[in-house]
Order: sequence, then structure tokens, then C-alpha cells
Amino acid sequence: MNAVADIAGIVLGGLAAGTVLFIVSVGLSVTMGLMGFVNLAHGAFAMFGGYLIVLAMNRAQYGFAAALALGFFGTAALSVVLERFLYRRLYRAGELDQVLFTIGLIFIFIAGITIVIGPEHQTLQLPAALSGQLNLGFIAYRTYSIFLIVIGFLIALGIWLTFERTRIGGQIRATVDNRRMAESLGIDVDRLFTITFAFGSGMAGLGGGLGAEFLGLDPQYPLEYLVYFLIVVSVGGLGSVIGVYYAALILGVLNFALTLYLPKGGTIFIYALTILMLLARPRGLSGRKEQ
Amino acid sequence: MTKIRLETQALSRRFGALVAVQNIDFKLAAGARHALIGPNGAGKTTFINLLTGVLPPTHGRVLLGGRDITAMAQAERVKLGIARTFQINRLFRGLSVLENVCIAVAERVGAARSMFYPAGRRTDVIDEAMALLQTLKLAEVARHRVSELPYGRQRLVELAISIALSPKVLLLDEPAAGVPSAESHIILDAIERLPEDIAILIIEHDMDVVFRFASRVTVMVGGALFAEGTPREIESNMQVRDVYLGQAPYRAAHV
Amino acid sequence: MSVAVSRAGDAAAPIANPAARALMRRHRLRWWEALPWLAGIAFYFAFPDYLSFGCDLIVTILFALSLDLALGYAGIITLGHAAFFGTGAYAVGMLASYNVWTEPITALLLAALAAAVIGFLSGLVLLRTAGLTLLMLTLCTMALLEQAANMGHAYTGGFDGLPSLPIAPVFGVFEFNPLYADTQYLFALGVLFACFVFVRTLVYSPFGQSLTGIRENILRMHAIGSPVRRRVLVCYTISAALAGIAGGLWAQTNAYVNLSALGLDRAATVLIVLILGGYGRLYGAFIGAVIYLALEHFLAQIYPTAWQLGLGLLLVLIALFARGGILGLGEALWRRYGGKLSQRRRDGPTAP
Repeated sequence: MNAVADIAGIVLGGLAAGTVLFIVSVGLSVTMGLMGFVNLAHGAFAMFGGYLIVLAMNRAQYGFAAALALGFFGTAALSVVLERFLYRRLYRAGELDQVLFTIGLIFIFIAGITIVIGPEHQTLQLPAALSGQLNLGFIAYRTYSIFLIVIGFLIALGIWLTFERTRIGGQIRATVDNRRMAESLGIDVDRLFTITFAFGSGMAGLGGGLGAEFLGLDPQYPLEYLVYFLIVVSVGGLGSVIGVYYAALILGVLNFALTLYLPKGGTIFIYALTILMLLARPRGLSGRKEQ
Repeated sequence: MTKIRLETQALSRRFGALVAVQNIDFKLAAGARHALIGPNGAGKTTFINLLTGVLPPTHGRVLLGGRDITAMAQAERVKLGIARTFQINRLFRGLSVLENVCIAVAERVGAARSMFYPAGRRTDVIDEAMALLQTLKLAEVARHRVSELPYGRQRLVELAISIALSPKVLLLDEPAAGVPSAESHIILDAIERLPEDIAILIIEHDMDVVFRFASRVTVMVGGALFAEGTPREIESNMQVRDVYLGQAPYRAAHV
Repeated sequence: MSVAVSRAGDAAAPIANPAARALMRRHRLRWWEALPWLAGIAFYFAFPDYLSFGCDLIVTILFALSLDLALGYAGIITLGHAAFFGTGAYAVGMLASYNVWTEPITALLLAALAAAVIGFLSGLVLLRTAGLTLLMLTLCTMALLEQAANMGHAYTGGFDGLPSLPIAPVFGVFEFNPLYADTQYLFALGVLFACFVFVRTLVYSPFGQSLTGIRENILRMHAIGSPVRRRVLVCYTISAALAGIAGGLWAQTNAYVNLSALGLDRAATVLIVLILGGYGRLYGAFIGAVIYLALEHFLAQIYPTAWQLGLGLLLVLIALFARGGILGLGEALWRRYGGKLSQRRRDGPTAP
């Protein structure tokens, strides 16, 4: 009986953490798939959104939902500005310049947050309705974790449906598949990219706030979790919502279990698995096999 | 009976359901001046990629001088004398014209392996590259960066690199593509002056060029061989005319 | 035997062409190439209180130089070069800590060997990929080694590392003084010099030229029959070995080794140093390391946040406007202003 509860606890905790990884990373996957842009600074958007949400609640007394909305739209707006004025200039540059540029952005964000807000850790005050325990019958578990898992599932479903069923989703899939072809079909790739970039960054901001409980929130956030976001995206596959969802959940559960049972260096298995996975399928879980 | 340099037997290549190259039996004679024509998407470049080993065929064989090279890697085929140019320039853009050619020469003569001897002392390599540039009238721009040259000259460097490999078989993928017509004669002159013993296969759209240069023409349509003959025979072939006027269906066959 | 030569029998001696002469002279030493070494020796006498800073500087230069070989010459974009630095550091550290091997010069060779083995084995599988996948694989390999070092704390000291490493005297005579880094500094300078001569020779060889070809256009290199994969692997292995020496030197001059040798921080820093100086340029590593470490040393202590902000802005500006780094910027300025005069003078008499 106890073992069941232990396992359920690990799975639920892992799924909740994985959900946060998914919400943060999904935008990165789509924008990288669209433009081939190596955006290491994606985590900085997550941090920015996280700070907006936490500060709105703690200092401006926003409600949880209102703060989340602020985090989403605020981050999206910031990302559009950066995309228009900076990112855009580097679409045709090499990966190395993109890596350098986005590392630079990370530093600027870290320093900016440290100067304006301070280096200390920020905590998310959960609303009363989400802070208790929820009885699932076989186990009582934190309401907030369950809430996250459900929200994440709905978001994944929503994005997936958008991809499969709507016009803009079709355009995105076509462009990820073959950008030149998409352009010649008259798809305005630039506009498409701005929209998905804004949406993806907004999601990252949302994830930064929702996950402040699990991942913490301090100025080092974009560097600390960079490897995790990249693993999720590369294992999941560029431009693939489902792939990223699975990859994030698997990584979440695995990481949760490993840090519990092998606190010293247990994450070695995550890296080993990622390497094996990428060697076997360089395009990730959902990536089609190379011809 | 002329000697056959390069031959394919039932050569095929699919991409998923699309058959890009279908069952091609083709012979390139020693010293040939052979043109490969066909509408866009006919599979000409894929065919070249199969000959050079960039792509493995799904089916069929490639023979060089009677020897089966189907399983050979690209680099080995180059050593045996198959060289190519690209439809879109693939040059070392940041390097000088001379260096572009030197890299190819060094690779051919086996110098490129040596790690502890200055490249500048391999005067044999530099001499040969320089001499080649002179025959192509590129000597006066030898020190210029390739990216700074006008497009026509860049196409000439593209040709120079492949000639530097001393090929027995030279595959030219639209060598004058994108070059303003005022300059294209420079490239065609250079091709005409190549040593006679090289077997040349040229993909070309401009029929004037084909008639001026080739003694034999092969037409590819929808991934398959459509017709072959002397330029005059091809010119008077009504079916070929239809294809070029777009009256016959020539889309790649689907399975 | 060659097409070209047989056709050019009557042409004028091609060697007279300025392009050919430039190519033939390129590997020759120029007077200013003595400057870094003179500066290195002058530093020893001028700043006796900063010799351990000098050691850090030398280690960083060597590390950046090793990265330049892989990134600047063969075009391998890696985020995990500290994997080899760390391998070398731990090789030296573990051998010394358990008193297996403390002789510094041979220890560095062992560090190079260990790093080369890791570089070769990982390169064998990783270098088949490109782009994001390669970036991720290099990053994960490094993280894997970092976690391995963390897990094997019984041997590696885990998070705390291995302190107070015993290092035997250089040539059996010159002792490493833990309080005053004069021997360490000169030793490090000597190691850097030897490695630099090696890299410089390599870069100007036909092999080095073919690496440049791979960076400039890999498809064309395949098409001219170059065994691209083997070349890149050889280059990656050599680069790993040099990074291993840098790591070993770091462990020796500091007399400790810890997990920071293997981290993303170190890998990112060396990338920044190299790109700041200018990659694919041999001396970019020197310029980048001097400027980066000098700024870090004096700014980061006093205003750490401002340093980070400035560094971020600098990176963004370099990526947007000065892709060749400081040396590239210098070259561009020279070509625009200073170069014109002297070039005209040089070309004058020989122009066709």
C-alpha cells in the first residue's frame, strides 16, 4: 500500500514538473522548427514571465488568473519587440552567431533582473483553492500539482488541435516541413514567425510563473534550466507538440525519481539517455526518419 | 566500337512514393560530349547524385570502366576519376580563388593529409593550380576572395575546382546557369577547350548550347529515359518537342 | 599527368603571380608574432604580484586555442568543450592526489591522452550529426562527465574536488610554490608556447587548409574526394587533447581540481573568449583571453552585475555587428583605411 502511494507520488510530482517543462519548452520547439533559430534565451522569457506573475501577485495584489494573463501577454509583448528589432537580423546568420547572441541576451536578462528586482529567490503565493491536498481515492496529493497536470494536458490538446485543424496551424506545419516550399506557396513566413514567437514566449512566461513552485525563480533561472529545455526540445523533435509533451513528461518523472533516490549525480542517466536517444533518432521522438 | 567509360544498369531511386530516377540504362563513351536534357523535375540532378555517390540508388548499378562502383563512397569515386560541378555554386567563399583550386589539387595529389609541412612549400600544388587558373583566364583574379567575384567568374571557379581533380568523367550540372548571356560564352569556351579524352556529361537547358557542344543527347522525362540520339535526331523528334512545349504529361511517376 | 599543366606549357611562370607568392609566404613568421611571447616574459617581471592571474590567463588562452582548432578551423560548433578540459584536469588531479604520477610534463601528456581518447570516442559518434543535435550531444556529453565526476566522489572528491595536489618539481629542479606562482607561470608559458607552435604548424599545413575547406563548404569537400569525416574526427581529437593539456595545466597551477572544470560555465566562457577575440584566426584566443580576463578580474570583483550586463551587451553587439570579433574588426578597419596604401605599394610593380 505504501509502495503504491510512493510510486503514485513520484509519478504525479514528476508529471507536474514535466508539465511545467512542456509549457515552457513548447514555444521553443515550434520557433526553432520554423526558423532553425537556436534560441538559448528562451528560458529568459520564462524567467521574465515568472517575475511578472509573482510580483503582480505579491506586490500589486493581482489575483492568480489575472497575474497569469499579465505574465503571458507581457512576455509575448516583450518578445515581439526583441524579435522585430534583434532576432530578425540573425535569421540568416550561422548557428554560432545565434548561440552567441542568445547567450548575450541571457546575461542581460540576468543582470537586468538582479539590478531591478534583486538577486533573492521569489516565492509564488498560491491561492487558497489550490494550496491544499486533493483526495484522489487511492492517494491524497497536492491540489496544485493536479491542477498543473490538468492545465498542461488542456494546453497540449489545444495547441495540437490548433496545429491540426486550423489554417494557421497548417501553415506552421508546412513551413516547418519545408520553408522554401511554404514561401513559394505564398505563406507569409515572417508574419507567421512573429506570431508563433510571441505565442511561444508568452507560454514560456506562463510556464515560468506556474512552475515557480517547482523550478524556483531567481535571476539564474535561464542558465540553470537551459539544458533541460534543450533536452525536451531536441528529444521531442523540432516543431512537434506531441513529441515535446511526451519528452517533457518523461523527463519530469525521470528527474523527480532520480533526484529522490540518487541525489548525487543521478541525473547522469538523463544525459546518457538523451545521448542514446539522439544518436538513434537525431530528429527526436516524433521526427521522421531521415531518408 | 567506342569504349564505354561510365555505364548505369537499371538505375533507380525513390524518395518515399516518388520515383525520382526510374530504371535508367545509360552509357557514356570515352571522350564523349554528351548532353542530358529534360524539363524541370525530370530527375537529372538526382541522376548525377547517383553517379557521384551522394545518394545510394534504391536499385541498379553504376559501372566505371566496367568496374562496379555502386557501393563506393563519393570520395573513392572521385579518386577513380568522377568529378562534378554543382548547379548552385558550392565554393569556399571566404578563400581566394587560388586557394579554392589549391584545396582541390592538394586533395588529388594526396598532399592534404600532411599535417606538419607548410602548405606554402608545396609549390607543385600551387604551380599546378596557378597554371590551371591561367588556362581559364582567372590568373588575374587569383588573389581575390571568391565572394567578391562577379557571378560568371564564380561559375568559372566552380569549373576550375572540378578540372583540378583531373577527372576521366566530368559531370557538369548546368554550368552556365544564372550567368548573364554576355558572359556565358566564357564558360562554354572553357568547356570546349577541355582535353578531348575526358568524357563529359552536361546538363543544360539552353538548346543552342546543347547543339553547339554535344554530339549526343539524352532526354529524361519523369525520371526515365525518354529519347537518345544525335542532336539532329532529337531536334526532329516530335515527342521531345511535345514534352518541351508542355503538351505531354511528364510529372514524376507515382507508385 | 595533370590536365592543367599540360595545357599551360607556354604560359608565363605562374609563381610570379602575387596570389601564389602570398600563399607561399603565408606560413612564414612575421615580426609581430614575437610580441605575445615578449609580453608574456615582460609580464613576469612587471607584475610579480599577478602571476597566478597570469597562469589563469595562459590556461584560458590555451583552452581557447584548442577550441579554435575545432570551431574556427573545422567549423564544429560545440557547447561542450569543457568536457576535455575537465578530463585533462581530473587526469592530472587524480594521478597526483593518489601519488601515482606527479611529474608535471609527463602528467600533461597523460592528460592529453585521456582527453584525446574521450574526444575520439565521442567524436566517432557525435560528429555524424550537425546543427542543434550536435550542439545538444556535445552539451550532454559534458554534463554526463560532470555527473560522473560528481557520482564518483570516492575518487574525484565529488563536489568539493581534490585539494592540495602534490606536483613534482619541473625537470626535478624547479619547485611549484603554492604561495608564489613564479615557477608555475614560466612553466605554463612554456607549455603554451609548445602547444602554439604545434597548432600554428598544423593550421598552415595542407591538412589545416583542408579543414578550412570543410568549414567553408563541406559539400564541396565531399565532392572533391576529401575524407571529410576522418579529417574532422582527427581535428576534434587533437583539439580535445589540447583542451586536456589546458585542463591539466589548470589543475597543476592551482594545485586543485573540482567540478567547475567540467561545467557549462567554463564551456560558455571559452566560447565567448574565442569569439570575442575572433575565431579561425590563431591569435583570436590571445586577444580574447587577455581582454576578457582583464575586464573580469577588475570589473567582476567590484561590480559583478554590471560586468554581466556589459558582457551580455558586448556579445549581442558582436553577434549583430562584428562577427569576426576584435581581430576581425581590426582587419576590416585595416582593409578600409590602413591597408589601402601599403597594398598599393605592394601590388604596384608586379600588377599585370
